[in-house]
Amino acid sequence: MNKISKTTTARALALSALLGVAGAAQAQISGNVIRIGIITDMSSVYADIDGPGAVEAMRMAVDEVGGAVNGKKIEILSADHQNKADVAATKAREWFDQQGLDMLIGGTNSGTGLSMATVAAEKKKPFLVVGAATSALTGAQCTPYTVHWAYDTVALAKGTGNAVVKAGGKTWFFLTADYAFGSALQADTTAVLTAAGGTVVGSVRHPLGASDFSSYMLQAQSSKAQILGLANASGDTINSIKAAKEFGVTKTMKLAGLLVFINDIHSLGLDTTQNMYLTDSWYWNRDAEARAWARKFFDKMKRMPSSLQAADYSATKQYLAAVKATGTDDADKVLAYLHKAKINDVFAKGGYIRPDGRMVHDMYLMQVKAPAESTEPWDYYKVVDTFKGESAWTSKAETKCPLWK
Amino acid sequence: MTEIFGIPIQAFLGQLLLGLVNGSFYALLSLGLAVIFGLLGIINFTHGALYMIGAYIAWLSLEKLGLNYWWALLVAPLVVGALGIAIERGLLRVLYKLDPLYGLLLTFGLALIFEGVFRDQFGVSGQQYQVPALLRGSTDLGFMTLPNYRAWVVVASLAVCLGTWFLIEKTSLGATLRAGTENPRLVQGFGINVPMMITLTYAAGAGLAALAGVLAAPVIQITPLMGSNLIIVVFAVVVIGGMGSILGSIVTGLVLGMVEGLTKVFYPEASNIVVFVIMAVVLMFRPAGLFGKEA
Repeated sequence: MNKISKTTTARALALSALLGVAGAAQAQISGNVIRIGIITDMSSVYADIDGPGAVEAMRMAVDEVGGAVNGKKIEILSADHQNKADVAATKAREWFDQQGLDMLIGGTNSGTGLSMATVAAEKKKPFLVVGAATSALTGAQCTPYTVHWAYDTVALAKGTGNAVVKAGGKTWFFLTADYAFGSALQADTTAVLTAAGGTVVGSVRHPLGASDFSSYMLQAQSSKAQILGLANASGDTINSIKAAKEFGVTKTMKLAGLLVFINDIHSLGLDTTQNMYLTDSWYWNRDAEARAWARKFFDKMKRMPSSLQAADYSATKQYLAAVKATGTDDADKVLAYLHKAKINDVFAKGGYIRPDGRMVHDMYLMQVKAPAESTEPWDYYKVVDTFKGESAWTSKAETKCPLWK
Repeated sequence: MTEIFGIPIQAFLGQLLLGLVNGSFYALLSLGLAVIFGLLGIINFTHGALYMIGAYIAWLSLEKLGLNYWWALLVAPLVVGALGIAIERGLLRVLYKLDPLYGLLLTFGLALIFEGVFRDQFGVSGQQYQVPALLRGSTDLGFMTLPNYRAWVVVASLAVCLGTWFLIEKTSLGATLRAGTENPRLVQGFGINVPMMITLTYAAGAGLAALAGVLAAPVIQITPLMGSNLIIVVFAVVVIGGMGSILGSIVTGLVLGMVEGLTKVFYPEASNIVVFVIMAVVLMFRPAGLFGKEA
């Protein structure tokens, strides 16, 4: 070990002091680049509903402002968390510490959403979570830096849960994905349906990404419930529905897909899924503006965007607008601006962010069309009901978030 | 209603039967793996990807060529077998002189490449494959309704497994095969083309994987991930059965399918890991596996 001479030490200290001062002067846009990143499932069960399509959606938002804000370039980072909470947290930490990340968008999988929210709060950077569903993000685990953009398990429960009970489905059996998201969805839906007069007669948990659901179908059938509630998503939901059809479960029970994306319907086909109720935050065929944006997305990705991908676009766009308006990418200033702003874009109309971090906007109860009603590929839904503003989400009386009391 | 371990006997029998169905899948898949390892000493991580490619060939041949399921049962193993020949001749052969670890790494890398290519092309949500018309519908067995297709899977898998076992253990072709891998120089001295035998054995193993893929296509979503989800469990099955034993992997596949099925009833959260727990226990007491021969 060499001894460092006093001169070198003095020089080093002087240099760092200078850099420190220089750094402070540049604090307007840190590092002269606006860096936004997304960590999501790029290759596994949730890759189609978010994944590479999310990066494309973000790119569309960046291109719209010409790739720069106030002359500072925008850079997009993306990474695959492989549905592992520790991988997500480590990546987020690395980006915040070493890559100068200014804003993180949270992808699918609630376990990773929660772990990244903790990291973002520690680093005091904005975390706009789009893909993860658990209501805990704006509930017991809310932070001043988390904004839950698209949807959550409470909205899904209130939407689909209520609709199915009203249509006569009083007794439920849950098939639940065994991790944060599944438990949250089952818990929130149970609360909603018991309040509406229904009962839960049984439930079973399956591992995330299970390939065979035949055993669970048998258990569901022997429960004699009217409704089979699917508290899982994407690949798991698709396999559950397939198995339900194969084992004749659909003859004696109705399926309630508590989280269904348009990609799942596309994969299963309208024959299998027609008349199913689902709650979602956005539909590409909702209005002319959505259609136009969706077609641009389709040209690049060869499939219609899911609600998550539209929300990724919206979150990016609104963040960049906030950076432009405040002239800085300082987290607290940008978040303060966002909390006061009205969110109006292709994803949400008249949206706003609550003190608990929830971005409040309309949710839609939709029903899957019958094959005869569908006029073109991806034309799968009809909007049955709209939950305006606050009615879809956790209310102030129910909230567990200490920031909103 | 009589109960067994707290669940009605009907449900119990139903789960056991389902376990048998899944077990026959495991048996078929682990058979190909055991053949390749038992005879060639190659740890073939590409097996899951070949299974997935078999399923995709079934789907593609229906979509693009209009070939139905029964043709796919023939076409997929042949195509994937040819792919297996290419892999063995072109890539694996080079590595025989080296540490077996290189072969493992190569096959693992190939699996990732295949998966990536298919994922890029097709996405992960998967494709639909209809149950062939002949096998649609279900039979009411009294204690459960069993889809006819699942019954067919059991019958087909067991037939193929037993046929392969018979071929390898009881026929002279099988004997030549086993001799050729135990002592290639000597067998070659008899005028038998051992390298070609090895290539064809690998191709046969690959073909078995593809056959399992076609059988699986109507039942589970055909996605690029279907192989990787299953392959780890299949490896565990082969290890428990004994890496060199064909019969071991068949029997173990069936038994473990049933054990997994019962776990799904009593403690479903553990159904993913029960096979590995059993593997750990077996390795502690019988490192060569239940039917394996000590090296």
